[in-house]
Amino acid sequence: MPLTIGVPRETFAGEKRVATVPEVVEKLVKLGFDVCVETGAGAAANFGDEAYQAAGARIAGGVADLMAASDIVFKVRAPSPGEISLMKPGTTLVSFIWPAQNPELMQALADRKLTVLAMDALPRQLSRAQKMDALTSMAGVSGYRAVIEAAHAFGRPFNGQVTAAGKIPPAKVFIAGAGVAGLAAIGAAANLGAIVRANDTRAEVADQVVSLGGEFVKVDYEEEGSGGGGYAKVMSEGFQQAQREMYAKQAREVDIVITTALIPGKPAPKLITAEMVRSMKPGSVIVDMAAEQGGNCELTDPGQLVVRHGVTIIGYTDLASRLSRQSSTLYSNNLLRLTEDLCKTKDGTINVNFEDDAIRGLTVVKDGEITWPAPPPRLPAAPPPKPAAAAAPVAKKSGHGHGAGEPASAKSLAILFGVGALLFWLIGAYAPASFLGHFTVFVLACFVGYMVIWNVTPSLHTPLMSVTNAISSIIAVGALVQVAPPLGEGAEGRPDTLILALAVVALALTAINMFGGFAVTRRMLAMFRK
Amino acid sequence: MGENLVAVAYIGATILFILSLGGLSNPETSRRGNLYGIVGMTIAVLATVFGPRVTPAAYPWIVGALLFGAAIGLYAARKVQMTQMPELVAIMHSLVGLAACLVGFASYVDTSIAYEGAEKTIHEVEIYLGILIGAVTFSGSVIAFGKLSGKIGGKPLLLPARHWLNLAGLLVVILFLVKFLQAPDIQAGMLPLIVMTAIALLFGVHMVMAIGGADMPVVVSMLNSYSGWAAAATGFMLSNDLLIVTGALVGSSGAILSYIMCRAMNRKFLNVIAGGFGTGGGSSPAAAGAGPVGEVTAVSAVETAELLRGSKNVIIVPGYGMAVAQAQHTVFEITKLLREKGVNVRFGIHPVAGRMPGHMNVLLAEAKVPYDIVLEMDEINDDFPETDVSMVIGANDIVNPSAQEDPGSPIAGMPVLEVWKAKTSIVMKRSMASGYAGVDNPLFYKENNRMLFGDAKKMLDEVLAALKG
Repeated sequence: MPLTIGVPRETFAGEKRVATVPEVVEKLVKLGFDVCVETGAGAAANFGDEAYQAAGARIAGGVADLMAASDIVFKVRAPSPGEISLMKPGTTLVSFIWPAQNPELMQALADRKLTVLAMDALPRQLSRAQKMDALTSMAGVSGYRAVIEAAHAFGRPFNGQVTAAGKIPPAKVFIAGAGVAGLAAIGAAANLGAIVRANDTRAEVADQVVSLGGEFVKVDYEEEGSGGGGYAKVMSEGFQQAQREMYAKQAREVDIVITTALIPGKPAPKLITAEMVRSMKPGSVIVDMAAEQGGNCELTDPGQLVVRHGVTIIGYTDLASRLSRQSSTLYSNNLLRLTEDLCKTKDGTINVNFEDDAIRGLTVVKDGEITWPAPPPRLPAAPPPKPAAAAAPVAKKSGHGHGAGEPASAKSLAILFGVGALLFWLIGAYAPASFLGHFTVFVLACFVGYMVIWNVTPSLHTPLMSVTNAISSIIAVGALVQVAPPLGEGAEGRPDTLILALAVVALALTAINMFGGFAVTRRMLAMFRK
Repeated sequence: MGENLVAVAYIGATILFILSLGGLSNPETSRRGNLYGIVGMTIAVLATVFGPRVTPAAYPWIVGALLFGAAIGLYAARKVQMTQMPELVAIMHSLVGLAACLVGFASYVDTSIAYEGAEKTIHEVEIYLGILIGAVTFSGSVIAFGKLSGKIGGKPLLLPARHWLNLAGLLVVILFLVKFLQAPDIQAGMLPLIVMTAIALLFGVHMVMAIGGADMPVVVSMLNSYSGWAAAATGFMLSNDLLIVTGALVGSSGAILSYIMCRAMNRKFLNVIAGGFGTGGGSSPAAAGAGPVGEVTAVSAVETAELLRGSKNVIIVPGYGMAVAQAQHTVFEITKLLREKGVNVRFGIHPVAGRMPGHMNVLLAEAKVPYDIVLEMDEINDDFPETDVSMVIGANDIVNPSAQEDPGSPIAGMPVLEVWKAKTSIVMKRSMASGYAGVDNPLFYKENNRMLFGDAKKMLDEVLAALKG
C-alpha cells in the first residue's frame, strides 16, 4: 500500500520556500509514492498548482485535508503547534527542527506519536550523507544572498574604478566564518570586485578561502578549532581574546562585515561587540547570518534591518527564502535523496532503518520517543593526522627530465669513484695500446650520450627509442666487413661459407631494423604538430 | 676509398648521430634529427661498403640482404598501429640482439684475423661479451614483445629462488668464460660459447618474464640500452670506432630512459629488474587494514558531457586503457569540440603512462592533438586546484592519492597526477578492479569523484554524441 507524501504551504511569516517542487514530485511518484500538495504551497516560489498537478500530485484544498491524507509530511520550517495537532499520530515528518534550541517543540512532536527526521541533525561527516545535506545547500544560497543584501545597503559599488568624475575605492569585505555560507559569500563578493578577507577558527579552510579569491586572516594564537563533523568548536579564552583584537582591527578597516559563525547546539558566538560597531566607518554594513541563533553581533535585531551608530545591521533570518525558487529546488532534491535512502525497495513505503548511520542521525523522534541526540556514527570521520614521513618522499620529486637529477650522497659517490679508479687502473696496467684507443672513444661516447639524452623532451621518448633503435642497426657495419673481406695470408681453413651466411643473415636483420626504425620514427614525428 | 677516407666518413656519421639525438630535444627540430640519423647511417654503410674491408664479391649479397630487410622494415613501419609501437620497438630490439650474436660467432670462427697474447684474450672476452649481451637482448626482447602484444600474460612469472637461479647462471657464465679463454683452438672453444649463449637466452627470458605489465616502460628502455651495448661490444670485437661510439650513445640513452622511468615510479632500478610489483612479500600495513571507505558515485555519459560543457578548465589524464580501447581519436574530437566552445582543455601525461616511455604522447599526436596542450606531470600538477573537471581515461596507479597519503602503500612516494584536487574528477574505467600494482585506489571514493563505467571508446563516443546534441 503506497504511502502519501503531503506538502503543506509554509505558514511561518515571510517563508517563501516550499519543501517539494514539481520536478521532484515526478521522481517521488516514480518511487511509488502518492503526493498531495496543499493549494498555493509553491506560489511564493513561483510554482503553481497546475505545475504540481502536471507532475502527478493531487491538490488538497486546505491544510486540514492535506494532513488527514498524509502519511509522510515534507516541510521546510518546523511545524507550528496548530500544524502538529492536525497531523495523524504515526505520521513521519521531515523538516528542519533544531532540537537543541526547541525542547518544547520536541516534546510536542513526541506527544503526538510522530516519527521526525530533522534535516539539521544529519551527521555531516558521512560523505554518503552529502547528497541530503540541506544545511549546506541552504547555506550556499544564503551566503550569496547575504552579499547581495550587503551590496544593496552599501552606498558604493564593490569594484574599484577610476572615472573622469573621480575615484571609486573598492569595497573591503570581511567574512567571519568560512563554512559553506562563508565560502559562498567570499566567492560572490570577490566576483563583484570587492577585496575579500575571511577568518575561521579551523586553519584547514585557509586554502579554500584563497581558492575563491579571498585572503585568509589568521588569529595570532595557536589552537586548532576543528570540532569534528566539519563544525567549529568553542575556543579557549586566550584564543578568544586574540580573536577579539583581530575582529576589532578588521572592523575599523573594512566596509562590510558578514558573519556566519555558528556552533551546533549553542547560541551563536558574539564576535562583533557594540564597541566595534561604533568604530566602523559610517555607511558600513554588517550582515549577521547567525541572527536566527541570536546573532554574531551584539546589536543585531533578528529578522530586521536596523541602523546603529551609522552602520546598517542586517539580521534577516530568511536569506535562503529570498531566493525561494532555487532554494526550494535544492531543498527538495535533498529530500528526494533522503527518500531514496528510506525507500530502497521503490515501492512507496519507507523504512526508518536505525542500522543506517545517516538515517539514525536524522531521526530525532521515533514513534513518539525522543531519540535525539544520536550516538556518533561508527565510521572514522576526518583522516587522522599523518606522520611526517608521508609527506617527505612526495616533496622530493624534482624537475623531471631536465637535469641529471639530485646529486648522489657523498658515500655512494665515493664508492663509485673508488670502483671506477680501480677499473681504470686495471685496464691501464694490462690492456694493450690498441684497446686503450677504443676504450677512450667508448667512455667519451657514453658521456656525450648522457649529456645529449637529458635534453630530450619526455613527450618524444617514444620517437627517441625508435630512432636510437634504428641507429643501433649500425651493427650492420660489423656484418658488412665480414661478408667478403679481402683475405691475405693465414686465411686457409677459414670457413668462408659459414661466415658469409652468418653475416648475410645478420645484415638482413639489421636492415629490417634500419629501414623500419627510421621510417616509423619519421611517421611518428610527422604527427607531432602544434 | 682508402682507410683514411673511411675513418673521416665514420667521424661524419658519428657527428650526425649525435645531432640526430640532440634534435629530439623539441618537436620542431625532431624531424630534422631523424633526417640526420638517416644521412649518418647512409654515410656509414656506403663508406664501409666502398672501403678497403669489403671486396666487390660481397656486393650482390649486400644488396640482396639490404633489399630484403628494407622491404620488410618499410612494410612493418607503414602497417603498424600507433598503439602497437611498444611491440614494434621491442621486436626490433630483438633483431639487433640476434645480429650481434651472429656477428660475434662469425668473428670467432674467422681465422683470418689472428691475435697474440693479451690482445687475443681481450678479443675473445669481447666476443664472449658481445654474444652474451646480444643473446640476452634477443630473448628478452622477444618475451617483451610477447607480453606487450598480449601473446604472453602480463602477470609477472616468479619462479621460486629466482635470484639464486640468476646468480647460478652468472657463475656458470664466468666459469665458461675461463674455459673459453683456455681453449686451444676454435673447435674446443665452441662448446663453452654455445653453452653460454643458451644460458644467456634463458636469462633474458627469465628476466623479462618476472616483470609485471606496469614496469614495461622500464624494460623496453632497458632493452634499448642493451641493444646499444651489444653494438658497442661488437665494435670492440671488430676494432671499429664507429660501432663503439654509436653503441655507447644508444646504450647510455636507453640507460637514462630506464632511470627516468624508475624515478617516475619512485622505484629502484634493481627492484624493477628483480621483478614482481606488489608481490615482493613486503606486507603493507595499510593494505592489511581497512580499505578506502565511502561510496562510489557513478555518472552517465550524458552527465559527463554536462559537466564538461559547464567547465572552463579541463585536464584529461590518459592511461593504458585509452590505448587499449583505441579511444585517442574520440578524445581528440571531444577536445576539439570543447575548445571551440572556449573550454581550456589540456592533457596531463605521467611519465610511465602506457607501456613505453612517451607512449601517450605518440597516441595523442597520432590523433592530431596539438603537442603544446599536452603537458608533463610536473608542468601541470600545480594547475589541478584551478581545474573544473579532470577526466581520467583508463589510468589507475598514476592517479592514486595513496601514493602521497598512505606511507604504507606499495606505491608510496611515487609521483602521481593530483587529479583529485580538481573540483570534480571523472574516472573512466571498465570496473572497480585495481591497477597493475594491485593497490586499491581511494580516488574512486572521494566525494568529488565520479565514475563512468564502461569501455573507454564506447563511453567517449556517447559523451561526444551528448556534447554535439
